[in-house]
Amino acid sequence: METTATKTEVKCIVNGERRTIEAFPMERLLDVLREQLHLTGTKEGCGEGECGACSVMIDGAIVNSCLVPVAQVEGASIKTIEGVASGTQLHAVQQAFIDCGGAQCGICTPGMVMAAVDLLERNPNPSEAEIRTGLAGNLCRCTGYMKIFESVVRACQKQA
Amino acid sequence: MTLVGKSIPRKEGRKKVTGQALYVDDISFPGMLYGTTVRSPVARGRIKNISFEGDIPWSEFTIVTARDIRESSWENYVALILNDQPYLADEVVNHPEEPILLLAHENKYLVEEARRNVRIEIEELPPVFTLKDSVDKQQIIWGDDNVFKSFLVDKGNVDDAWTGADFIVEGEYETGAQEQLYIENNGVIAIANPDEGVTVWGSMQCPYYVHKALLKLFNLPEEKVRVIQTETGGGFGGKEEYPSLLGGHAALLAWKSGKPVKIVYDRAEDMVATTKRHPSRTRHKTAVSKGGKLLAMDIDFVIDGGAYCTLSPVVLSRGTIHAAGPYYCPNVRIHSRAVATNVPPHGAFRGFGAPQSIFALERHLDKVAGALGLTPDEFRRLNFVHESQTTATNQVIREKVDMDQLLDRAFELTGYYEKRERFARENGKEQSAGAVGRSNSRLKKGIGFASFMHGAGFTGSGEVYLASVVGAEATPEGRVRILAASTEIGQGTNTIFSQIAADALGVGVDVIEVGQPDTANVPNSGPTVASRTCMVVGKLVESAVLGLKQTLAGSGLLKDEYGESEFQEACREYIKSIGPLKVFSKYQAPPNVVWDDEKYQGDAYGTYAWAVYVAEITFDTLTFEAHVDDFVALQEVGKVINPVMAVGQIEGGVAQAIGFTLFENVVWKDGRMINNQMTNYIIPTPADIPPIRVYFEENPYAYGPAGAKGIGELPMDGAAPAILNAIENATGVSFNHVPLMPEAMMEKF
Repeated sequence: METTATKTEVKCIVNGERRTIEAFPMERLLDVLREQLHLTGTKEGCGEGECGACSVMIDGAIVNSCLVPVAQVEGASIKTIEGVASGTQLHAVQQAFIDCGGAQCGICTPGMVMAAVDLLERNPNPSEAEIRTGLAGNLCRCTGYMKIFESVVRACQKQA
Repeated sequence: MTLVGKSIPRKEGRKKVTGQALYVDDISFPGMLYGTTVRSPVARGRIKNISFEGDIPWSEFTIVTARDIRESSWENYVALILNDQPYLADEVVNHPEEPILLLAHENKYLVEEARRNVRIEIEELPPVFTLKDSVDKQQIIWGDDNVFKSFLVDKGNVDDAWTGADFIVEGEYETGAQEQLYIENNGVIAIANPDEGVTVWGSMQCPYYVHKALLKLFNLPEEKVRVIQTETGGGFGGKEEYPSLLGGHAALLAWKSGKPVKIVYDRAEDMVATTKRHPSRTRHKTAVSKGGKLLAMDIDFVIDGGAYCTLSPVVLSRGTIHAAGPYYCPNVRIHSRAVATNVPPHGAFRGFGAPQSIFALERHLDKVAGALGLTPDEFRRLNFVHESQTTATNQVIREKVDMDQLLDRAFELTGYYEKRERFARENGKEQSAGAVGRSNSRLKKGIGFASFMHGAGFTGSGEVYLASVVGAEATPEGRVRILAASTEIGQGTNTIFSQIAADALGVGVDVIEVGQPDTANVPNSGPTVASRTCMVVGKLVESAVLGLKQTLAGSGLLKDEYGESEFQEACREYIKSIGPLKVFSKYQAPPNVVWDDEKYQGDAYGTYAWAVYVAEITFDTLTFEAHVDDFVALQEVGKVINPVMAVGQIEGGVAQAIGFTLFENVVWKDGRMINNQMTNYIIPTPADIPPIRVYFEENPYAYGPAGAKGIGELPMDGAAPAILNAIENATGVSFNHVPLMPEAMMEKF
């Protein structure tokens, strides 16, 4: 049980800032981000790594933060949805989601944006099949995905 | 008119793409406790004992049972239609996972540990788990006959039609439960005490439903209850009635503890305990002439309501009225029932009964066509309803309806005839080929369609009873704020209201604000359901802002001809020199809409959206999987207010309907969903979904804002029958239930 464990100190970089976190080693990164660091843009959809709403990047790799014990991010660099825009300047993916109707209710959107940003960093000009595969770990119940695919294509065009 | 018809970007889009939008779980209050629900382990029985076990500091917990409600002389039922569902089970339980007891503590991990250490002893009673057992009265578990509600639609004389018929075709069709699976689970926060009354924040579709329920629960005057919608991560009906129960739970804990209480379900709890789409069974008996004319339709439609009535009568009503579809038939009898079973109550889900009865009809009509030796489209063309003809409820169609033209265009968009011919040839040829050919013939292609309509707004006299109100308020900054309880749940309420209001006033979209749905500040514009927000509430938005403009003009501050800056100046000046400016507009039924609730006859809806959906599939004869390759959704929905959002509604609805058809299988055991995880309840992913191609015909509706009709539920109706019609086209095998899983298909080969 939680109370029998002892807290540990974890040092990491979150959205470019050095942070020191006091947490139980097996606490979910998702909870630490949301509750301790108040970065509530990262959402919980399923708690078992199926829906991707909690997607963040750890050292450039996209992960489901609900499956990551916080002890694992010692020394790592984490990027959350709050770190995607540069100040008030939206990332091309974010702007494309607004322009193309890629966001509806918005609850999957932070994770979906992270997945799309990750995809375009690995593959700046993905085919439709590659977009589908690249986003396959993220579920959306509102859009039927068509407008999300369009958003990614639009973001590629903008970035090019 | 400059903004309506344009794809104005989502008003709250920036907040959503940056993660700044605040959903209920993103909000905290100082001293807040976490609440949880202890639920029934069995389907039906008498509660004998509750004990608190384990190494848990029980004295630190706030604990609420039905006794607390009784001893406070409060009302232990969720106020809705029949008021039969308790907040907390008192003496008896009627379904698995029924709430029995509530716990709250400041440590959310300890709350979960505590929940597992409450032992509930129940003396079990014999349950009923299926619609069939309920209809057959295996046990009487609700009222005298297990029936929550029944309807009879009776047009012409069905009994006399059989003797003159050339063909009589019968069929039975079933649909399963479906989880809404909004990605944000149900959640609320409550603050409640005798001084301030009760305030609930939460993820919800209908703030005034929650408001009404809390008034009854705590027996408080209206002004002592306040309900505020937080950003809502999808609803699809799943947050229509359920938040009333959940809001009550959090408020009970908050009242007893004197502290704010948050209850946010995790996915497993949300899936196992909250509402789903009603399972259904429909039986058709149809008389037709040699020439292919419908002579009589006798339809028996039953839905499984679960353990309590909740919204089942209304779901049943919509399903009943849609059961005979967009066809003219002189004799129609539709007998329908919503029955009780010992499973968690089924509830609102996009389409609200119509997807169930339309699935049955559109599968059945392919069967009737086959019996007549006609193609599915030839048969339907002979029977489509036209202007001045009547529907099953004897509603005279007064608008221009051209289903033939919709069918023509949908077929053109899909190459239907060419494909029908080519697939038949290729499927057949491969079958008769040699060894190499056999491996090729593994895949068979098919194409099928469904033609249907969906009524917009509340059924029958519903809108008249609701008497919705919308307000428009001038702000000191010179803007206009829309005051409505209609919620933004992803479908675009904020944006389309702004477009409608801005056009009515001749100003830019940024001049319009949409107020947060908060019962302390907005009037009751009715629930966000029934594809009514754009058409019904949008119309009220239009008339409220026009009223505001008229007031400004009457005060002499606004000239007949004005620009945006003059309008804004007039608002500012009015507030400065005269005072606050708020104008309200109340619903008025369009003329000629007459509905008889007793006989279930008349104008069931002010108007309908009309549609033809075409699915193209590949069926794999080795794995027994059907894959949708292409999907065309063509519909006439009046004026389209925001094309990108309207297309987004249709695409999302079609995807959800494809899930309903081929993916989403609720597995029941003893009345409980046992695959209550995203791991084993599968919804379509980005990798699964076919291209969904969306097209509109626009026939402006005189009583909708700028001519708009409803749109949200429509796309749920047509995919299931279109896909199963396509599977039959590919394989020659007829399947009559959804979800249609490969295991079920395998059995027929």
